[in-house]
Amino acid sequence: MNGFQVVVLWSDALLALLLLACGAGIAAALRREHLRRAWRAVFANRSAMAALVVLLAYLLVAILDSFHFRPALERQAAASAAPAQYSVEVLSLLDVALARMRTTREDSYSAPFATHAFRKRMIEMPDGTQQRDYPRLQFGGAQLADPAADRGADIARRGLGGAAAGLALWAFMAGALAVFVARGRREPVRRTLGAILGGNTEVAWGAFGWMLLLVLCAGGALFALSGGYHVLGTDATGNDVLYQTFKAMRIALLIGTLATFVVLPLGIGLGLAAGYFGGWVDDLIQYVYTVISSIPYVLLIAAASLMMQLVIEQHAEVFDTAAARADARLVALCVIIGAISWTTLCRLLRAETLKLRETDYVQAARCFGVSGVRIMLRHILPNAFHIVLITLVLEFSGLVLAEAVLSYVGVGVDPTTTSFGTMINNARGELAQDPVIWWSITAAFVFMVALVLAANLFADAVREAFDPRAAALPRRRRVPRESAA
Amino acid sequence: MIAYLLRRLLLAVPTLIGVNLLLFTLFFVISSPDDMARAQLGAKRVTPEAIERWKADRGYDKPLFWNAQAAGRARFTETIFVQKSARMFLFDFGKSDAGRDINRELSTRMWPSLALALPVFLVGLFVAITLALLLAFLRATWLDFTGVIVCVVLMSISSLFYIIAGQYLVARVWNLVPISGFATGLDAARFLALPVAVGVLAGLGSNVRWYRAIFLEEIGKDYVRTARAKGLSELAVLFRHVLKNGMIPILTGTVVVIPSLFLGSLITESFFGIPGLGTFTIEAILMQDFAIVRAMVFIGSVLYIAGLVLTDLSYTLVDPRVRLQ
Repeated sequence: MNGFQVVVLWSDALLALLLLACGAGIAAALRREHLRRAWRAVFANRSAMAALVVLLAYLLVAILDSFHFRPALERQAAASAAPAQYSVEVLSLLDVALARMRTTREDSYSAPFATHAFRKRMIEMPDGTQQRDYPRLQFGGAQLADPAADRGADIARRGLGGAAAGLALWAFMAGALAVFVARGRREPVRRTLGAILGGNTEVAWGAFGWMLLLVLCAGGALFALSGGYHVLGTDATGNDVLYQTFKAMRIALLIGTLATFVVLPLGIGLGLAAGYFGGWVDDLIQYVYTVISSIPYVLLIAAASLMMQLVIEQHAEVFDTAAARADARLVALCVIIGAISWTTLCRLLRAETLKLRETDYVQAARCFGVSGVRIMLRHILPNAFHIVLITLVLEFSGLVLAEAVLSYVGVGVDPTTTSFGTMINNARGELAQDPVIWWSITAAFVFMVALVLAANLFADAVREAFDPRAAALPRRRRVPRESAA
Repeated sequence: MIAYLLRRLLLAVPTLIGVNLLLFTLFFVISSPDDMARAQLGAKRVTPEAIERWKADRGYDKPLFWNAQAAGRARFTETIFVQKSARMFLFDFGKSDAGRDINRELSTRMWPSLALALPVFLVGLFVAITLALLLAFLRATWLDFTGVIVCVVLMSISSLFYIIAGQYLVARVWNLVPISGFATGLDAARFLALPVAVGVLAGLGSNVRWYRAIFLEEIGKDYVRTARAKGLSELAVLFRHVLKNGMIPILTGTVVVIPSLFLGSLITESFFGIPGLGTFTIEAILMQDFAIVRAMVFIGSVLYIAGLVLTDLSYTLVDPRVRLQ
């Protein structure tokens, strides 16, 4: 590698901004006792903590995949004085970490852990004759001298080795965590370990630890195995499916979160204004959100993104790389989704503001002559903020699922972007083939369900902890903590 | 009642005007007919003449709001706004960009859509309510707990997977039904069985969980305690009291979709090759046929608003306390 040029895509910048905002939000929540108590209730929930591990793992992949750069091309010796030329291909840190998966391209389909291609082809035998047979893969299992005999042992050795490395990493992290928790509890580490294993800690570290063990071991094994095989096979053009699934994680997370940049200002601003000012402001805002929400969701997104595609196609010269154009389409899709889905938040906030407007402290503030905007921001918004949080968290999993449908309809992400939607879309034809090509769709299925399930479980815990009404519901449950209801 | 209905319908008019204006902005202001023509004709052989011809053939060559070249009333009527947007209020959608008569397509394609969507709706509602009541009956046992977990897992699976897995297993491996296609008459049952089953299963998770929460909320109320105190059996309490009262919030959430059943389901229809409105819409989106997309969005909101009116009416039917003024 001889130099590189940092590329900041729009989505990277927005994700960084979002993470900063999250950090600021956490710092603010830590200073307020009632918020701390609500978050403690979330962290005491075992399924939420297990889900958090999965979400953090996806987030880590997404963050790694969000540092983009263009590597410099090899310079000719004669022209070394010329300015460096950079590749048109945009890479990310994740691409570097998974360089083997990215670069080991086969010709076409191959099954998971395969050493031979999926289809027969004319190959040249060592004695010069031609024969129709399954050719050896260029990279998958290329290290094996006799694939039929050695493959099982090699897979077991690599898999166990990777899992052991994951286990070692886990032991180190778990130990550090135990020491950290023990310090907080001001007791010996041994007692803390007992409490964690017995599930008696205030934060459900037990569930967190076990899930971390699972994720690290699986991750370690996958990484070690991918050094010698295509763990999840390859697709029609020979690309590693596992690598594609990793790339799809970032897209899924972005789709699920970037819409907040539009939803938050519109939803909060208009919701508060409608509830607080009432009168014609309220009528107007209600009218706007009735109009938007009366159009079927998918149809409106389809119409809007058809138009957006037109605009991007007409101005293709603005983008210097294909990645930048695909990224523009992704961000535009998020903006469209946001511009359509702010109505839920707006309606909920309006209703809450109508209630809060009549409370004594708001009346008092008004008597002191505090301005309307200040009252909304200082007195109403903090007391209605749980609604914002719950709405955003609940919407995440729905958006990840929506991406798949939208990409299938042809109005989702750019076809060159690997997302769960495009993977499923491509897999449609593969299932009709004989013998069936099942690995792409299975990979998309497993990784997508894991993400959405984790998001759903975490969202449930957040809603339960923050929604005063949910807590007041008379539910007699004898299975308290892990219930997902 | 009639007066209320009339007022509700009148109130829908400004909303539809808003939808119409939004569509107009999206399709004609943000991107011009020139862009559409270029996208339709493909990038290579775009000449200004070809664009003009494309626009003239489809009536996109008029000015947006004000036709200075025409005389009299035609100054207003011979514009894109009136011809393409305002005419949708008369349910006259004109021709699609590919030259098909949209109204005719709508009236023929509506029925296959309904044949799929109506069974999915009815069977889905019945199964979801039954299961939710069962979970409410078993509340706070491990069966209930497992049921809720299963619901969350079902919810977390994209509807695409249900369709793909159903097609693969039932139609391809077990060979029970045709993979896709459609027929009229009784023969349709053979083609619709799988899509209906898939549609029901795909909606089951979230609905069962939601209905269960509704039933549990009812179970905690005082009248249920009274019913138990006077010695009613648990089943009688559930069916005679909890189910009836739980139906009120359930109806609010479901009646609203009834008119939209005509629209069909986008992905189910296109996967199973059912020639309904869902397939029609998807094809239009893929072919970038803007006239059809515009028409479908408008019809979608008309049906949704009709659903809202129906919801209000259904309140009076199930809850005698509600009176519409």
